[in-house]
Amino acid sequence: MRRPSSSMLMTAGLFSLPLGWALLLLIVPYILMIAVGFWTRQFPLFVPDFQFGNYLQLFSDPQYTTVILRTLKIAAMVTGCALILGYPLAYFLVFTIRSDKLRNLVYMAVIVPLWVSYLLRAYTWKIILGTDGALNSALMSLGLIDAPLDAFLYNQTAMVITLTYIFVPFMVMPIYAVLENIPKGLIEASEDLGIGPLGTFRHVIAPLSLGGVVAGAMMTFCLSFGDFVAPVLVGGPDGTMVANLLQTQFGAALNWPLGSALATLVLIMVLAILAVTGWAERASARNLR
Amino acid sequence: MKQLLWWQKGMVGFVFGVLAFLYLPIVVLIVFSFNDSKVTSFPLAGFTWHWYQAVFANAQMLTALKNSLIVAVCATGLTLTIGTLAALVLDRHDFPGKGLFRNAILLPLSLPGLVTGIAMLNFYKQIGIPQSLTAVVIGHATALLGVVVSQVMARLAKTDHRLLEASADLGAGPVETFFRVTLPSIRPAILGAGLLSFTLSFDEIPVTYFLTGRDITLPIYIYSTLRRGITPEINAIGSMIVLVSLLLIVLSVGLLRDRK
Repeated sequence: MRRPSSSMLMTAGLFSLPLGWALLLLIVPYILMIAVGFWTRQFPLFVPDFQFGNYLQLFSDPQYTTVILRTLKIAAMVTGCALILGYPLAYFLVFTIRSDKLRNLVYMAVIVPLWVSYLLRAYTWKIILGTDGALNSALMSLGLIDAPLDAFLYNQTAMVITLTYIFVPFMVMPIYAVLENIPKGLIEASEDLGIGPLGTFRHVIAPLSLGGVVAGAMMTFCLSFGDFVAPVLVGGPDGTMVANLLQTQFGAALNWPLGSALATLVLIMVLAILAVTGWAERASARNLR
Repeated sequence: MKQLLWWQKGMVGFVFGVLAFLYLPIVVLIVFSFNDSKVTSFPLAGFTWHWYQAVFANAQMLTALKNSLIVAVCATGLTLTIGTLAALVLDRHDFPGKGLFRNAILLPLSLPGLVTGIAMLNFYKQIGIPQSLTAVVIGHATALLGVVVSQVMARLAKTDHRLLEASADLGAGPVETFFRVTLPSIRPAILGAGLLSFTLSFDEIPVTYFLTGRDITLPIYIYSTLRRGITPEINAIGSMIVLVSLLLIVLSVGLLRDRK
């Protein structure tokens, strides 16, 4: 050993800080939340316990099952819409734009909204949609409609539009990354073999970009599933989502054990999704080799 | 340039459509922040600075803005320090449970913030940290570790380890090596992660919602105001935030380019 042991100790001390921090303030809280999910509520206290009553209630009480199913449905719709918008955009960026400068510029243009306040981006849709919102009033002053359409604000369509808007960049980024990594030689080879663009897409590009699609879809799904803002701003009475349920359990309903059980369900779902994504990404990387 | 095929032309239109979808709402926000009317509808009523004046006369909103800035600055400083150390540990050392640590640190990036907020609330309640801006700072700093760790680790992976050996061979201690070799090479990542952390902390709602006490941050102020209805003041402060974010992006792109 050349270095004196005091510097070794200092290094060890410095390095245990981030690990201790993450353990105490991140891992322990998640574990505690899972534990509280098994506790019992004896109003106004929460008593340590080990019972599955909270989970039973979440899975049997229609008040909760409808909301969970609705959230799954909306998250799936958002993921679908984001894919429909995001994939062609990523494809266009990588394969149609020839100039690197232009490509970087358009890519930046897609990513920049992520830097603009998430709350404000959700909020703008509250201004746009709605009875006397920007969209209805614009259509009316153009003479396209006579009376405001109620079709937009405070319903599930509004939530899907808003959430798609917020999360499209999350879909574009991973798809762009995988498309960019596809060796151009493969595509030229496919074209040389006389296969048209559609065939090349089906047999070469689509399978090779699957990893990015899965990663983007999972990210979009997880984030829109747990979204906190859109349901409150543009969702209506039939727009209650899991996030609102959680808010209520920790607020007015004051049932932390039930809320923690629900949050644990979300945690498990996200972990499962991350596992699938990791697997798909590895599989897709193997394909490329 | 090659002539575009019909389906490629269609795609150009589609892409313009998506970009319009991404930017029109922001334009709408800014336009209505200058609109002389309490309702946000067309036709426009005329130009006014009124809503901006209202923002600067709204003491509650300004306090919330100040709180947000304090929280974002403190949380960014804290998360950069701890996150950079964490990235160095994860990059250089093997220890049992390493995978768990890395995944736990990265988890808040894909887990809805709400779940992280609830986990922290449960824990803080048990160990007696009261709901306050301090709790929010600790919460943000912890939840944002993933941003710093992922960026710095990506950069460290590209660093030539032989440089570190060379530095040690030349007699530099670990501290000197860190400041003279490692830090300069990861500076762009730290800068980028710092700007991103600041933006995310400044804008954060779910974790803040559960951890804050009587003092509220700007997003929470806006969020609770919006539940009662729209006021054009929000358009004005929103437009200012958008402008500042755009300036920050231009700044960070410029800074990162110079470092190359």
